[in-house]
Amino acid sequence: MDGALLFQLVLNGLIVGALYGVVAMSFVLIYKASQVVNFAQGEFLLVGAWVCWWMLTYWQLPIWAGFLFTLAFMTIFGILLQVIVLRPLIGEPVISVIMATVGLSIFFQALMKWIFGVFAQPFPPLFTVERVRVLGLEVQSVYLASLGVSAFIMLGFWWFFTYSKHGLAMRATAFDQQVAQSLGISVPKVFAMSWAISAVVSAVAGVVVGVVNGVSSALSFYGIKVFPAVILGGLDSIVGAVLGGLIVGVLENVAQYVDSQWLNWGNMYQIAPFYALILILLIKPYGLFGTRNIERV
Amino acid sequence: MSGDPAVLEADAVSLRFGGVRALSDVSFSVQRGEIFSIIGPNGAGKTSMVNCVSGRYRPTEGRILFEGRDVTPLRPNRRAALGIGRTFQNLALFGHMSVLDNIMVGRHTLLGAGFLRGMVYWIGGAQREELAHRREVEEIIDFLEIEHVRKATAGTLSYGLRKRVELARAIALKPRLILLDEPMAGMNLEEKEDMARFIVDLNEEWGMTVLMIEHDMGVVMDISHRVMVLDFGKKIAEGTPEAVLADAHVRRAYLGESDDVVRDEAEPASA
Repeated sequence: MDGALLFQLVLNGLIVGALYGVVAMSFVLIYKASQVVNFAQGEFLLVGAWVCWWMLTYWQLPIWAGFLFTLAFMTIFGILLQVIVLRPLIGEPVISVIMATVGLSIFFQALMKWIFGVFAQPFPPLFTVERVRVLGLEVQSVYLASLGVSAFIMLGFWWFFTYSKHGLAMRATAFDQQVAQSLGISVPKVFAMSWAISAVVSAVAGVVVGVVNGVSSALSFYGIKVFPAVILGGLDSIVGAVLGGLIVGVLENVAQYVDSQWLNWGNMYQIAPFYALILILLIKPYGLFGTRNIERV
Repeated sequence: MSGDPAVLEADAVSLRFGGVRALSDVSFSVQRGEIFSIIGPNGAGKTSMVNCVSGRYRPTEGRILFEGRDVTPLRPNRRAALGIGRTFQNLALFGHMSVLDNIMVGRHTLLGAGFLRGMVYWIGGAQREELAHRREVEEIIDFLEIEHVRKATAGTLSYGLRKRVELARAIALKPRLILLDEPMAGMNLEEKEDMARFIVDLNEEWGMTVLMIEHDMGVVMDISHRVMVLDFGKKIAEGTPEAVLADAHVRRAYLGESDDVVRDEAEPASA
């Protein structure tokens, strides 16, 4: 009984962790390209999920149309955010940029509450079969779909950065902006593109979580969960972000199991990743895959 | 000069950083097919001049014309797209990328796939296009004799090889004017000879116009068609290598003869 429960929890952890990984990846993307720590990452999920929900319920669009509209909307949303809010801040102190993203986070949370209300809203049911049996375990179809979507996005990222012109240009810009420019790469365009991709990818994660749990402001909590994941993986490593996300997802579930069985401290699900965060910062501050910045004085 | 404009023309270029005058009223022009070298003591403004041409700095006064077109207000990436390639004085490779990827970044402006097609790379035709580019990239790799390291991570290569990869990346842009900022600094004799041969071939066989900064007088005098001498941000001489060497101003300012202090010219300086 206990073994089966543990297995189920680990599986849940991997499914949720894959989503954390996807969000963490898009967080790292912005950080790598433009050195901006984006505190509004969770709001990308929130905005994306609400837009998609609105298309599906209010306009009664089929899921594919609503989804495509959401992607297009988030592309423009990401670009506008970068051009209007962040581009003027280039060259300003890091703390100003961080405060701007914190401001964006608060603004969009409030805006979404204002427009869509404070109550969680369920997506219309998308799957005819609620549950399927995998390896003798009952798994909700949405969870399986979510795992599939996460894997697809990760594969897409890998492909994009390894083979595409823009992926290469982004890596080049992350490494050295001056040199990238001398090779004909427009750095402002790369920045805008990184925000667009990050917003789109996060919105996909937002829609997936929305389908599973309903759409509510709780979605923006993913933006906070991203921090243990990216710190664990290393702030500037995309592979690290994925692994960090998976580890955080499993850690949450296992911590909750351990707590419910023996400790009875309560609420470990929420807190365990942050204990881990503190430990990592003490022991391995650059994360598992991060770049060590050695400053010679 | 009428009819065929100079590839590059600097028209009374001045550059000031606050009170420091890095360049004062420097004019010169580089003709198509030339190897044109800029020499001068440390801090003479050589790299500043190259940066004005590449667009990293914008001249305080004066204009930069590329093939008769005023490029002064353009950003570096626009100038690169027009056909001005460059290498850097301090190695500036993307260290964690493979040699091949480094060179492919240089193809950026020539790869046509746009923003959306890039995002849906695996559906669109970007891959086919990439293969065509790979062929040209292979040619460059052959030319610079770096076949054996093409899959290696750039950061792991020896200094001489990294300089060569950087040159390959700049050539990949298919520039009509290439700016080389100390291509031979810190190299041993053999590496220097190889590099000099590559530059000459680049000029003669590939038809690229070269603007070069170099400290090694032997190489400069051997391969340059014309030489300009800068001192304290001012142009003090320009002409064929022989004429410049014979110039009294140059001997005083650069070779330091009049005050009996003979500086070691071959020393790779970090101006």
